[in-house]
Amino acid sequence: MTTAERDPVLVIVQLVGGNDFMNTVIPYTNPLYHDARPGLAFSENEVLPIDDTLAFNPHAVPLKEMYDEGRMAVVQGVGYPNSSRSHFRSTYIWQTCEPDTIATEGWLGQAIGEIDPDKENSLTGVNFGRGLPQSFVSKGVPVTSVADLDNYGIMTGISDPDRRSLSLERFKNMYAPVAGTGPVMDYLSETGQGVLSGADDLKKAPARYKSDVEYASNPLAKSLRDIARVHLADLGTRVFHTSHGDYDTHSRQEMTHEKDMVELSRGIADFFQDLEEHDAADNVLMLVWTEFGRRLADNGSGTDHGSGGGAFLIGNMVSGGMYAEYPSLEQPKLANGEDLAHTYDFRGLYATILEQYLGMDSKPIVGGTFEQLPVFN
Amino acid sequence: MTTTEISLMAHLMRRAGMGATRDELEALVTQGYESVVDDLVHPERFSRGDPDIIHPYLHGPLPEEPSPDDNEDILLRYYRGIGAPGASSPGKWIFHMVNSKRPLKEKMGLFWHQVFACAPSKSAHPRTNRRQLEMFRRVGMADFRTILLELSRDPSMLFWLDNNENHKDEPNENYGRELLELFSMGVGNYTEEDVKSSAYAFTGWSFVQPAHGAVPYGKWATRFDFREADHDYGEKTFLGVTGPLDGTDVIDTVVDQPATARFIARHLYNFFVADEPPVAAWNEIPPLDPEAIDTLMAAYFESGGSIAHMLQVLFNSDFFKNARFAKVKSPTELVGGVLKLIGTYREANPGIDHYAGATALMGQQLMAPLTVEGWQTGSGWINGGTLNERVNFAVEEVSDPDKPGIRAIIDRLGRRNGSTLTPEEFVDGCLDLVGPVEVEEDTRQELIAEAAADGNIVFNGNRAVTDERIVNMLQLIVSTREFQFG
Repeated sequence: MTTAERDPVLVIVQLVGGNDFMNTVIPYTNPLYHDARPGLAFSENEVLPIDDTLAFNPHAVPLKEMYDEGRMAVVQGVGYPNSSRSHFRSTYIWQTCEPDTIATEGWLGQAIGEIDPDKENSLTGVNFGRGLPQSFVSKGVPVTSVADLDNYGIMTGISDPDRRSLSLERFKNMYAPVAGTGPVMDYLSETGQGVLSGADDLKKAPARYKSDVEYASNPLAKSLRDIARVHLADLGTRVFHTSHGDYDTHSRQEMTHEKDMVELSRGIADFFQDLEEHDAADNVLMLVWTEFGRRLADNGSGTDHGSGGGAFLIGNMVSGGMYAEYPSLEQPKLANGEDLAHTYDFRGLYATILEQYLGMDSKPIVGGTFEQLPVFN
Repeated sequence: MTTTEISLMAHLMRRAGMGATRDELEALVTQGYESVVDDLVHPERFSRGDPDIIHPYLHGPLPEEPSPDDNEDILLRYYRGIGAPGASSPGKWIFHMVNSKRPLKEKMGLFWHQVFACAPSKSAHPRTNRRQLEMFRRVGMADFRTILLELSRDPSMLFWLDNNENHKDEPNENYGRELLELFSMGVGNYTEEDVKSSAYAFTGWSFVQPAHGAVPYGKWATRFDFREADHDYGEKTFLGVTGPLDGTDVIDTVVDQPATARFIARHLYNFFVADEPPVAAWNEIPPLDPEAIDTLMAAYFESGGSIAHMLQVLFNSDFFKNARFAKVKSPTELVGGVLKLIGTYREANPGIDHYAGATALMGQQLMAPLTVEGWQTGSGWINGGTLNERVNFAVEEVSDPDKPGIRAIIDRLGRRNGSTLTPEEFVDGCLDLVGPVEVEEDTRQELIAEAAADGNIVFNGNRAVTDERIVNMLQLIVSTREFQFG
């Protein structure tokens, strides 16, 4: 199979807690930045300059390298009108594309439903982490959520492998649909069978995997390695999702955010390195997003919840560079009088990916027409 | 004592609390169903808890509040205590739901938390949010007028719905609207004019920090503060009533509306009886059981809106008694029920937060609902990720035969039928002692096939073998589809 014929694969990394975009892609020559962040601003000689206005966080060296190689697009000022400062609500809005009403349909779940309308593969969408992000939830679309690839599945608390496999057989039989037991029982059957069949396929991944890349030892690196293993096992997964961090840096930001930046940038670089070594990177696009940026001014040792943030698109098909506008730091242009205002709607970013990369109609998923970006080669 | 009586009592205790042990169920059946219901709706008859229970969690003195609530019980002080090893507010709440001698009071806290969904964002006031739960405990079974008044004076709710930004010259409609839409009548029962009047009526209903030096984000819980200068004293019309109305007048009018009685009746039915469609669809989709809703509405009006009375009517009704396993357990009910079953955390040992984390992974992070509309209940609790979490959690928790609740099941099984059980007796005995759980015949046959693979179970020899077989059976039972229902 040549590269061109491979199906496009999307990997989502969610930065949980609201990444401080202004200390990730830093307006390092802007005096307003230094004024607003007496406790947290990076000095000009610390940062990794991109040009004479913006620079990468000093702890994100691998990101800077990917950017320099032209494989990374920085989408600046991403957000939506009247940004919510609640983590839960804002995350939910990003996941469902519904800023005003309460929706339950996740954008990725709907995309997975488009990719696999006949529900042939419950591994079309795989989340790595506990539970399931709302973005993956779409009625009637089976998806899989994996906490630990090497020990994935139902009844992992049973340690004796023989007994566990017997119990799984019983589970399978007990979840066989029984006519006339009602829609909720039917739904439970379908969901339980989906989890089981996904687990059977996923078992193949670790055995098939061999790599020289040594990932770091942290939850993100582990999840990205798991994603690489499943991708390389060719199980038909088209959408991967995982999350990283504690980006909710109200206090002691210096320490926490450094760790976040180191883990994130090294994790992503190792992941793509791994795929490159297996000649499996050309059909993988990564989106890195967060629910909001943080307040312009620091609060002494950290930053509080803000509005406009930033996102990254990374992959060999990406035409690297800066997209949309960096939010203004000038007082009259701030949101709520104190936050970086968004300059670009996240639903346009999703539409860009859905239309130009995955080749599907984005309107029903993102709820309208939004400006797309010319980010692909 | 018949199996039917035990099943019915188990049903009542699952719904009105987090379930009951078999010993407790037998004592309650002896007491009599209606008498138990009467006790449930009169929590004041029972002690607030044994002070010894709280000791292990308390490190250092209890925090001094500027004016301590004299209605506070010792368990609440534990619940609010700081410095508790590994016990967040949701963790402590789960502990109380499982152990309280006033189970319905705790369950009503969960009920109102679902109806009046409110979450502190991290930059708000977590302590204030904990006060809200104490308020639900205090007035959760009072008349609905009292509940709405308390809610409208609750600082975390006022903050959550921006009423502190609701000024006479610059009204913010958020609270005034949600009070009508989500907290009392439901859409379609008032006009936009009524919303405006409601918002004006609540201008100046705000909150204040009682003490200086609040670090960080409010060391003390904030308190209700009526700002006279910011209140609109002008004439307004709300649902046909005209005058210089304030928030209390709005609530007085709201609680007299049939739409309000119906809305609360439907919420109680959805929470305690059987899963209804999502609240947002209630205008279009009629109730599952219209007669039941009529009965509850009548109970509302004949008692001046008493929630305790509505609950008493509900629990004593046939529609309740016939609704065993008609609801998908919420994550909190699943976790609380499993804790009750295995018999751990009867005392306040460190580690209870693991269970709060478990409900979050199953889609219900207590004290942090996603939106003011609360959680999607019923089959909305279930997807591939959450089903996996539910099954794995329950399987793991029942895997140790030496947990007190599991040992009690094993001992009871060993006393049945002269200590030898056929595969059928073994399976039926386990299903009985875990719930009783009622399963489809196909499910039961599968369990019997599992039991039959090892023949009769004999309780006179190798304890390790019988323990293992029983644990194995319990693991299969808690992983069934039927176990997802409560």
